[in-house]
Amino acid sequence: MDFLTNIAFLISSTLRSATPLIYAALGGTFSESSGVTNIGLEGIMITGAFTSVAVSHYTGSPWLGVLGAAASGMLIAGLHAFLSIRYKADQVISGVAINLLSGSLTAFLINVIWGQPGQSNPVNGIASFPTFLDNIPFIGNITKGITPFVYIALIFVYISHFVLFKTPFGLRVRAVGEHPRAADTVGINVYKIRYICVILSGLLAGIGGASLSVGMVNGYRDGMTAGRGFIALAAMIFGKWKPVGAMMACFLFGFTDAVQVFLQTWGVKIDTSLLVMTPYIVTILALAGFIGKSTAPAADGVPYDKDEK
Amino acid sequence: MADKYIKPFLKSIYLPVISILVSFGAGFLFMLLIGYPVSQAAKAYMALVKGSFGSLKIIGETLVYSTPLIFTGLALSAAFRCGLFNIGAEGQFIIGSFTAVWAGFALEGLPWFLHVPACLIAGAAGGAIWAAVIGILKAKLGCHEVINSIMLNYVAWYLSNFLSLKIPYFNMPSKAFTKDIADTAKLYPLFQNSRLTAGIFIAILCAVILYIILWKTVLGYEIRAVGNNPAAAEYGGISVSRNLVLAMILSGALAGMGGAVQVQSVNFRVNQLLSFTNYGLDGVAVALVGKQHPFGVVFGAILFGALAKGSFQMQFSAGVPKEVVGLIQGIIIVFIAAEQIFLFFNKRKGAVS
Repeated sequence: MDFLTNIAFLISSTLRSATPLIYAALGGTFSESSGVTNIGLEGIMITGAFTSVAVSHYTGSPWLGVLGAAASGMLIAGLHAFLSIRYKADQVISGVAINLLSGSLTAFLINVIWGQPGQSNPVNGIASFPTFLDNIPFIGNITKGITPFVYIALIFVYISHFVLFKTPFGLRVRAVGEHPRAADTVGINVYKIRYICVILSGLLAGIGGASLSVGMVNGYRDGMTAGRGFIALAAMIFGKWKPVGAMMACFLFGFTDAVQVFLQTWGVKIDTSLLVMTPYIVTILALAGFIGKSTAPAADGVPYDKDEK
Repeated sequence: MADKYIKPFLKSIYLPVISILVSFGAGFLFMLLIGYPVSQAAKAYMALVKGSFGSLKIIGETLVYSTPLIFTGLALSAAFRCGLFNIGAEGQFIIGSFTAVWAGFALEGLPWFLHVPACLIAGAAGGAIWAAVIGILKAKLGCHEVINSIMLNYVAWYLSNFLSLKIPYFNMPSKAFTKDIADTAKLYPLFQNSRLTAGIFIAILCAVILYIILWKTVLGYEIRAVGNNPAAAEYGGISVSRNLVLAMILSGALAGMGGAVQVQSVNFRVNQLLSFTNYGLDGVAVALVGKQHPFGVVFGAILFGALAKGSFQMQFSAGVPKEVVGLIQGIIIVFIAAEQIFLFFNKRKGAVS
């Protein structure tokens, strides 16, 4: 392989690794911008990855699977919203509960649907579609291996940025996340905004899960999300709770993944287990302010009680 | 007299007990929903009980599952009492296992009465150091402990694999695990044909010690004061940041010692970790079920140990996937997380009557 082909390979595998993270990180950004911590992203991704495969299994259509993933993500995020907004449950504990519940529920349902533990049968997945770009040298090498999920993720980043920073709705979300009492005073329905944002985070993280299962390996197995929900959370923090920032962080984390694969295919003898630690250590350093101060929305994680004065 | 003790006790176990019962009910309903006949669902629960408490030997095996959960449950409780959510007990458990193995083979030649405690201390120290990082970052820089905990869990996982697989000093040549600990560092079974060791007593002793620390010492008073209301504690002359770090160290030491006991009783080495051990994560549930009280934790750990042990029998003799148990555990936490729901309905009932 010549130099340019290698570069193209690195870029395309960075894009592929980053994609599931981008969806989930955008979801986290919405949820936390409105003031609800969501460490249940991992569980929502698991649910989405599983549902898309199950729907694809029954209908033969992976695209319906993606819709199913979005719906199931919204449902389980709705539970998180219900517990943490309506009943003011500890948001972190509710997130942990969601992660546990999703892992067990999917593990159980695999048994029910496919009659075997651990993994599903192969199902129809979403293939990369040919575009006019494929014939261009270099660019073609990048686009050939990537699925529509990648393009959709990039579009979602733009939309999320636009919604959060250029629309009245986004202004309300940020107001609710920074100072719910003040937002309430000017007539913004704090609960409603939070419900919308948390459920939106479920939609996005659910699709992120689908991008892993029907978008990459055309099947589901236990543990396939491998902590990506938590890395997405890290990307969101590293990206300072902003869609574009989160995307850049996802690219960085995706790049470490790509480099690792790249080195392996080249038989370079550097230890990959040290490389896989990078996103986590980078996040700790970012949080500690060594990479630049990142400040969460002021009301992040604090339940809001309308009647409390 | 009786009222003074029994009423608060009943009040404190009321919600967890209801949560557990409701969760079992929900699990049952779920089995019916999926299409199992009532008889099979009932059989599944019977097998669950038989498979966890059916005989003395089985009870012993249940306690083998419970032992590490007591440690991680205590670890979570110690942190909760200071207002910290130490979801990093998982990583501290892993590091504790590793440092214990290290002491287990590096200190070969010590007599057992020195070697066994040396391993325990090494495990506790490993966990404490790992947790101290989280505590210091929280106290000095205000970094959220949950995020750093989760990140350090992954670092611990990969670090343990890196050291045990790649570094010749630790690993067995071309094997996916470390060297074994010396015989003098091992805890031996209490009964024949059993894996239950004195580890269970060490765990219960730790529960008692944690109880004494939290409720009978100045340190415990300060930790709880910070947990109840950091602002008031600070005003009252208690250093919040100092206690945050101390609580994390205490918590990490418990989780790390759990890792050591597991190594000394069951594994005798650290294997390549293909996923998390889940002891630290289940510790969250155990601490919540036990209402963050050391003695409650012991019961919570026995419940979760019984579920884990009994689930195999359930799968084997009733043909119900053992994952149903995970479902029950998940629902238990959802209900405990949503404690408010119970309080809400209670208030309503009160308003009506």
